[in-house]
Amino acid sequence: MPRKMPETPLLDQLESGPWPSFVSGLKRLAQAEDKPYADYMKSLLGQLEHSYQTRKGYWKGGTVGVFGYGAGIIPRFSEVADKFPESSEFHTIRIMPAPGMHYTTELLRQMCDIWERHGSGLVAFHGQSGDIMFQGCTTEKVQPAWDEFNALGFDMGGAGAGVRTSVSCVGAARCEQSCYDEARAMRSVLNNFLDDIHRPSLPYKMKFKFAGCANDCANATQRADFAVIGTWKGDMQVDQAEVVNFVNKVGRKGMIDQVIRLCPTNALSLNDDDTLDVDNKSCVRCMHCLNVMTKALTPGTERGICILAGGKRTLKIGDLLGTVIVPFMKMESDEDYEALVDLCQRMLDFFAENALEHERLGEMIDRIGLVAFLEGLELDLDPNMVSHPRTNPYVRMDGWDEEVKKWQARKADAAE
Amino acid sequence: MTQLRRPDECGVPDPMQYMHPVLKKNYGKWKYHDRPRPGVLHHVALSGDEVWTVKAGTQRQMDIFTIRKLADIADQFAEGFIRFTVRSNVEFMVSSAAKVQPLLDKLAAEGFPVGGTGNSVTMISHTQGWLHCDIPGTDASGVVKSLMDDLHAEFIREEMPNRVKITTSCCEINCGGQGDIAINIQHTKPPIINHDLVAGTCERPAVVSRCPVAAIRPALVNGKPSLEVDEKKCVCCGACFPPCPPMQINDPVHTKIAIWVGGKHSSTRSKPMLHKLVAAGIPNNPPRWPEASAIVRNILRAYKEDARAWERMGEWVERIGWPRFFELTGLPFTKYHVDDWRGSRGSLNASAQVRI
Repeated sequence: MPRKMPETPLLDQLESGPWPSFVSGLKRLAQAEDKPYADYMKSLLGQLEHSYQTRKGYWKGGTVGVFGYGAGIIPRFSEVADKFPESSEFHTIRIMPAPGMHYTTELLRQMCDIWERHGSGLVAFHGQSGDIMFQGCTTEKVQPAWDEFNALGFDMGGAGAGVRTSVSCVGAARCEQSCYDEARAMRSVLNNFLDDIHRPSLPYKMKFKFAGCANDCANATQRADFAVIGTWKGDMQVDQAEVVNFVNKVGRKGMIDQVIRLCPTNALSLNDDDTLDVDNKSCVRCMHCLNVMTKALTPGTERGICILAGGKRTLKIGDLLGTVIVPFMKMESDEDYEALVDLCQRMLDFFAENALEHERLGEMIDRIGLVAFLEGLELDLDPNMVSHPRTNPYVRMDGWDEEVKKWQARKADAAE
Repeated sequence: MTQLRRPDECGVPDPMQYMHPVLKKNYGKWKYHDRPRPGVLHHVALSGDEVWTVKAGTQRQMDIFTIRKLADIADQFAEGFIRFTVRSNVEFMVSSAAKVQPLLDKLAAEGFPVGGTGNSVTMISHTQGWLHCDIPGTDASGVVKSLMDDLHAEFIREEMPNRVKITTSCCEINCGGQGDIAINIQHTKPPIINHDLVAGTCERPAVVSRCPVAAIRPALVNGKPSLEVDEKKCVCCGACFPPCPPMQINDPVHTKIAIWVGGKHSSTRSKPMLHKLVAAGIPNNPPRWPEASAIVRNILRAYKEDARAWERMGEWVERIGWPRFFELTGLPFTKYHVDDWRGSRGSLNASAQVRI
């Protein structure tokens, strides 16, 4: 006897309105009577309605995995299985997409077919960490579903105290503001840490994200422990004829209001002939003028990355934004990408050895100080790492002369 | 017993195999872009190749019928390729301008709103909520659906001063991240402890160390090892609940919603910012959360009317000042808006610059 559709008076109210309705989608699955998931999803709808009625969640974790891996399945067992028995197990399988989240329709259909055979038919494109979230699978079906996704060329995403699935912006695939090959950087770094993704044994989670410029469309700055953000060295590229065209289009006041005076470091000035005067030494590569004048302005030609470390969400000391640990690293040759992977490896090793249980990277840096972290990673100190130097004198400084020598030696090296 | 299959530890796949051919051919070689209309991007490569991208909203939690429908649309109207943005919008790429309108017509006919580009209110970052999370104070999909219904007109237009990124989080951990507007759960009462279950379920030292204000200590309750909470210290954050489910923090009445504004990730113009509390005590009211939606729309109205071109929400408030923000929105300013957490002195006005 198939289960009857549950009464869902509250969820039904989420079927109207102009935005696509997830409730209508859940009902389509629940009413696909010829599919293995129909009763499963009727039961799930019943539990969700129960949550809406009582304003409480009813899932608990547990231990479910696949052969060979220690993470990647998010186990969910119902606390109200007596009322909704068919969906008592509703686990998620996290699968890592390609950087930039590109799909052929053939691939999407293959994924749907696998999920139709083994799962609930419900998929999130994508989770907050960047995974494809195949939501709703019984314990028994997790292994066969995984086997098929894996055979398709896809690997399990991260969960728990390990390296997590990563995200990049669309980047070089379709953006003139991209300052490096985000997909290459992401794959080089993540694929170096597969053991730490699949068999987590770090103090706590570790997230990498990759954005092509300071616009940070990957939301890396606060959402990643290790944010790789594209930037450039030297002068930005200016097509003065296009600057004049822009001024002709928006007027001088428009140019001044929308571009000149919004430059955070006053690095821009409008010339009398409507061309642009750029003080590149003062420019902080914030991207504003490039965003507004996409035809006229382009990043400079010596491109690379700036790295920010320590972003995280609230638990336990409050939200933190990443701060600069590498102001600029060229990202062009094979060696440059290898150097990035090497740095990430040193950072992860240092984190594994020095972070406390359940301490994120930003919290560890907060506890030990940025300088100890930089020394641990053998990174050079740079004034770009601070908003301003210290304001209080309570510090022992008897190593001053040696530190001055280090600074001068580094400057001499750079000058060669 | 059948032999278990060893995983092929293949890692993050190469995107080239799934990428639209014009994108692949011009990878890293783009010249500029413009936006012919809201929801449509036009990119021109150094080679002269052009590609038009049509962006549409989805419900993120998609049934396979919806995904197959998107695939059908891509096959018939968009050369067989799809990508998703980090905010769960879907993008279709076409290699000629003539293909844009038929694609727009098809998306309209199938009920996918086209927009989310430029200075619009784009899709809300979406967590799991009651559908799948083990600790949620509210739903995520329902909140997002309700809000996006209410903000649909701002998704399909580009009439905001700058882009608006809204986030939601179903607990104070803030998985939704920083947003121009953040709609987050705020618990208002300490956890209710089932002392019969603590010893058998929770690793007590781990729970004690999880508390950000050291309000939890081991205790013997009714002869059983358990935990107790110093309710004067407790900030009701719910951090103890994930490692110790018998410390129930979620409550149908006392779990409320708070709204925060001015967060941003980008380093564009201003440095990245954390969002700031503006409203709390808002009922967690499914299925449509009308009280939270009304406050969000009110904040957006004030921002849209008053901000200058290209000011993000937080930049606008920095210019006009918080007194004016509370005046323009009519929201009350209370003692709870004044921070007392670590580093809070930096949020006080250490100057004689006042707005009166």
